[in-house]
Amino acid sequence: MVTEGAPGNETAGPGGVSPLGAGAPPFGGATSRRQMPADAPASGIGSPGDASPDRAGAGAKLGIREWSVWFGLIQALRSVSFDIREREILGIIGPSSSGKTSLLRSLNRMNDTNPAFRWTGSIALDGRDLYRQFGSQDVRRRIGIVFALPMPLPKSIRENVVYGPKLRGLRDRGALEALAERCLRAASLWDEVKDRLDLPAMKLSGGQQQRLCIARTLAMEPEVVLFDEPCSGLDPISTAKVEETMLQLKERYTIVLVTNNTKQAARVSDRVAFFLMGELVELDRTDAIFTAPRDRRTEDYITGRFG
Amino acid sequence: MPWQRWRERGIETFIWCCGVVSILFVILIFLFLLKEGLALFKTVSLGEFLGGRFWYPISEPPRFGILPLLLGSLWVTVGAIVMSVPIGVGSALFISEVATGWTKEILKTGIELLAAIPSVVLGFVGMMVLAPAIKSSFELPSGLTALTGSITLALMAMPTIVSITEDALTAVPQRYREAAFGLGATKWQMMHRVLLPAARSGILAAVMLGIGRVIGETMAVMMVTGNAAVIPGTLLEPVRTMTATIAAEMGETVRGSAHYFALFAIGIVLFVISFVINVLADLFLHRERA
Amino acid sequence: MAAVSAPRAIRTQQIALAALFLANLIALLPAVVVVGVLLVRGAGAISWEFLSAMPSQGMRSGGIFPAIVGTLQLVALTGFFALPVGVFAAVYLTEYSRDNWLTRLVRLAIVNLAGVPSVVYGLFGLGLFVIFFRFGTSLLSGALTLAIMILPVIITASEEALRSVPQSFREVSLSLGASRWQTIRHAVLPYAVPGIMTGTILGISRAAGETAPILFTVAAFYLPRLPASIFDQAMVLPYHLYVISTQIPYIPEVTRYGTALVLLLLVLTMNLIAVVLRARFRRRRLW
Repeated sequence: MVTEGAPGNETAGPGGVSPLGAGAPPFGGATSRRQMPADAPASGIGSPGDASPDRAGAGAKLGIREWSVWFGLIQALRSVSFDIREREILGIIGPSSSGKTSLLRSLNRMNDTNPAFRWTGSIALDGRDLYRQFGSQDVRRRIGIVFALPMPLPKSIRENVVYGPKLRGLRDRGALEALAERCLRAASLWDEVKDRLDLPAMKLSGGQQQRLCIARTLAMEPEVVLFDEPCSGLDPISTAKVEETMLQLKERYTIVLVTNNTKQAARVSDRVAFFLMGELVELDRTDAIFTAPRDRRTEDYITGRFG
Repeated sequence: MPWQRWRERGIETFIWCCGVVSILFVILIFLFLLKEGLALFKTVSLGEFLGGRFWYPISEPPRFGILPLLLGSLWVTVGAIVMSVPIGVGSALFISEVATGWTKEILKTGIELLAAIPSVVLGFVGMMVLAPAIKSSFELPSGLTALTGSITLALMAMPTIVSITEDALTAVPQRYREAAFGLGATKWQMMHRVLLPAARSGILAAVMLGIGRVIGETMAVMMVTGNAAVIPGTLLEPVRTMTATIAAEMGETVRGSAHYFALFAIGIVLFVISFVINVLADLFLHRERA
Repeated sequence: MAAVSAPRAIRTQQIALAALFLANLIALLPAVVVVGVLLVRGAGAISWEFLSAMPSQGMRSGGIFPAIVGTLQLVALTGFFALPVGVFAAVYLTEYSRDNWLTRLVRLAIVNLAGVPSVVYGLFGLGLFVIFFRFGTSLLSGALTLAIMILPVIITASEEALRSVPQSFREVSLSLGASRWQTIRHAVLPYAVPGIMTGTILGISRAAGETAPILFTVAAFYLPRLPASIFDQAMVLPYHLYVISTQIPYIPEVTRYGTALVLLLLVLTMNLIAVVLRARFRRRRLW
């Protein structure tokens, strides 16, 4: 079922609501109930080297402020606040049910498809609130996502890549071809498929499909690319290729990577955020997190005492 | 691109309209039946209509009692259900629990085949083949009787009963069967002690929908029951059902006459009966799923 | 440990299973008998002339061509009305509706539409289309009436087809910035088309065999010319069969059986097409 918090491309009215109150209005009516639930404030945000979270980001691409998420009565995120900087790779690690995916999906408003989704707080892209000043379609055009399992559409390779731009209105054959080539190159897939763009995408191998999905996301020319455990179904060689692609993409895009694999986070990220049970526990440069974590819980997770 | 947004809004409104249009149709059907049917009750009382024992629409003065028609429908329906439920449930049990592979496919196709036969064709064959057979077996003046109707209608209800019962049986979790086997039951014991009770609501729903199918049937019934609008004494006499009455007499009535209104009034009765049956069946189906 | 069943219980089971098998036979035998009887007694009447000639002498000789054409025209028109409404209603139910009282009411209405007796549809069609809208007894009135009647079939089949499309397609499309309708249009509907087609053909085949709804809305008995527009009456096979078997004497028996056979074959062929489509679609799934 395809559901939205608000129909089509309109901005969502303030839909945040306390978990004890009635649900957000179904079709976009604006109610301004925004009650902050009484939670413990998030701890351990950022190290001295980070921009303070109170200033909506010097150099911050995405500013997240006291972001809480509920699905029905279950709270997935508790008042999370931090910044994501332009053209960095931010790795998000943590055990399952820590809220990593909920956070990621909040960034491009994919949680809107869940009718039980409630939120409070704010997320700003270049200073503009994603939920109050943008329509959901606009958000998704600027912030793309690559899912955990490769999910090609049952179309040809070319049609997969240009799916998004075509729907947006780009019709010129030449421009579409050029775009497809650019994105497939950026995803390190061009050489393998350049002769068979009309073949069904389903016939590619898992690793190739995932790179195709990356190309597909890049075709929308987003500013931020989200990766939700992108290598979970892939063999080591494909994983390496995807990681290499991510590092190359960093030159042009801001990247947020959610991963279960701490080693991968260590390999690829500039900064790492550790989430546990819906809270942001610690956020720091990669080397700092892995060599001298400040929070006991971070250290336990990284050293494998739980996970 | 604002115009695109407008177009999208328009399409979504159209979708919403299509979604709720079925409610509109149900209401519309009821309203139109009421519009013409209620006019009858200016000249005839409700009690006389529902309880009157004589349906003489073209006599002078006309009598519009539908009791013989109600009973006709009732007799034929009861007969059909008595025949089709045991056989239908039995078939469903066999198909779902015993048959395998090719046998199962053939049986299911057979049921689909039966379901696909148009009612007028079944009525035709009933008239040409079944009626003479009954006539000679029971030595009657005519083979067009309630019994003939019941048998023919049982055939029409069969696919409904079989397929819904089959759904109900398949919906029973596998662990019920396994538990029964674990306690040493034979397949048959499992079926009648565990499975059937577990699928009870679904089977009831199947029976209700079968009843609805039978009560609503027109053509087959018209062709094989003899169309005598009298209260039947036994199953071996001709009867007239409500549906057949409407179909047979509408062509001869004058628009706006009492007879015309009376036929619509019968339509109201049929609609209400089928509405109640459907709501009940829906309740049973939902209770089972819950 | 599995207990060993008592021998008596096993005997009971054997009898019971045999009885169930018998029940199956009793249920299916009539279908075979019907088809067989029609073939045996009616095949004699089937000839090219029978199928393609116009009737003459008040139906006592000649062919049933206009009835066949009328039936085909009627069901085509019915499908034309029912398909879009049915598909979009299914789209509403699967993609837009929420779990609330309105949806429950819609589903109840659909179940009821499916259960209304066919002759009541005839009355309704008479009241609304023939009289109120003044379309008169015509293909249009008949098709509109039948369209409402087969709506539940199309909605149910379309809903099933839409639900069988993987949720991931919708997710992907939305994540690329498509709107809800664009997603349905490009990432869902195209892959539900085979199932929708199957459902529609089954619905139309049902409409082809119905008599009661068209009794007062479209059917004409003896019309030795083809309908010129949708506002004309038409001869239709089911009604034709009914009349020649109950109201006209002196028609050769083989002609009656032949007409029934033609109608049956027409309906079965449509069903067969739908079933074949369904099987092919399941085998050639793209995902």
